[in-house]
Amino acid sequence: MSDMQHDARRPYVRPMTGWWRKNPYFVCYMLREGTALVVAAYAMVLLTGLLCLATSEAAFNGWLAVLRHPFSIALHLLALAAMVYHTWSWFDIMPKTMPPVYAGGKRVPRHVITRAGIVTAIVVTLLILLLTWSLT
Amino acid sequence: MSEQQRMIDIEVLRYRPEEDAEPFFQTYTVPFTDDMSVLQGLQYIKDELDSTLSYRWSCRMAICGSCGMMINGKPELSCHTFLRHFYPGGLRVEPLNHFPIERDLVVRVDDFIGKLESIKPYIIAKEVRRLEQGEYLQTPAERDRYEQFSSCINCMLCYAACPQYGLDNKFMGPGVLALLHRYNADSRDGGQAQRMELVNAEEGVWNCTAVGYCSEVCPKGVDPANAVNINKINSAKDYFINLVRPREGGK
Repeated sequence: MSDMQHDARRPYVRPMTGWWRKNPYFVCYMLREGTALVVAAYAMVLLTGLLCLATSEAAFNGWLAVLRHPFSIALHLLALAAMVYHTWSWFDIMPKTMPPVYAGGKRVPRHVITRAGIVTAIVVTLLILLLTWSLT
Repeated sequence: MSEQQRMIDIEVLRYRPEEDAEPFFQTYTVPFTDDMSVLQGLQYIKDELDSTLSYRWSCRMAICGSCGMMINGKPELSCHTFLRHFYPGGLRVEPLNHFPIERDLVVRVDDFIGKLESIKPYIIAKEVRRLEQGEYLQTPAERDRYEQFSSCINCMLCYAACPQYGLDNKFMGPGVLALLHRYNADSRDGGQAQRMELVNAEEGVWNCTAVGYCSEVCPKGVDPANAVNINKINSAKDYFINLVRPREGGK
């Protein structure tokens, strides 16, 4: 906009400060992006567990003990909430980010794609839970 | 016989470059009926209350794309939004976000127009046919690939909805990229290679972070977010094809 500073018409450029707080849609967007960091952080937690497992039995038990701490359980509940929101918001935006899908010559509507994604996420989560349950 | 006349407060962001250092809000109380649009409210102000108010408008029927403004913080066509929705509260009208204010509700659109020209928004014939060869034929399925994107009326609401454009106006932006896709996806068009450099640039599709609000505010049901994101795929494909088989004279 620097080329406009000396313009006789004096166009006024409004600042962007706090832009995402001014519209609920942008707040949801920032939450979607923000909760992605929680997903990344939790991947680090799991990676740490893997490293502990590779190091020694004592290290792995230590990692398990940390996870069982009430503070850790509280963090897990928060992470779960963030993960659920992220999953929902991710599938909510998905139809806008993918090429059109056709079924029987007709374009599959947005909400069908979103719902299919959410159902898949639920089914896969339940399968993983059942699988880990059966192993313990 | 006559009902009590209802009145509504319209708060308008004013900016008169010759006398104001910065914009300020001015409130007008306007009588209205159920069939009055926000644009008609502004016209009442201009005709009856304050002739110095400036705003753009033309068709009054949501097709010319001139009267876009922020209405209670949301980009809308003012001819397409009714005063009755805000009653008994008032409403706040501001010029479209992310564009410099020229005067009152009028924004400066040079940047958008420049970008629109740059994408060659016309069909560049794949094979030039002579008159005796007849029309350029297209099947309904081929038309469906671009039809919704051709509904764009250049109203720029999607730019006012795009924080990425607001933060850095080098970004090509949703509307222009949707129109670029409209021509690239047209089976009669052969200009894709000429347009791909604009798509591939960081200011092209890669500046989009999939906020998705552009598609929510479009008054014509265009899905610019979809056009931009389909072109991220096209741009990635183009990159790899270019690695294997470099384009002549291309980057």
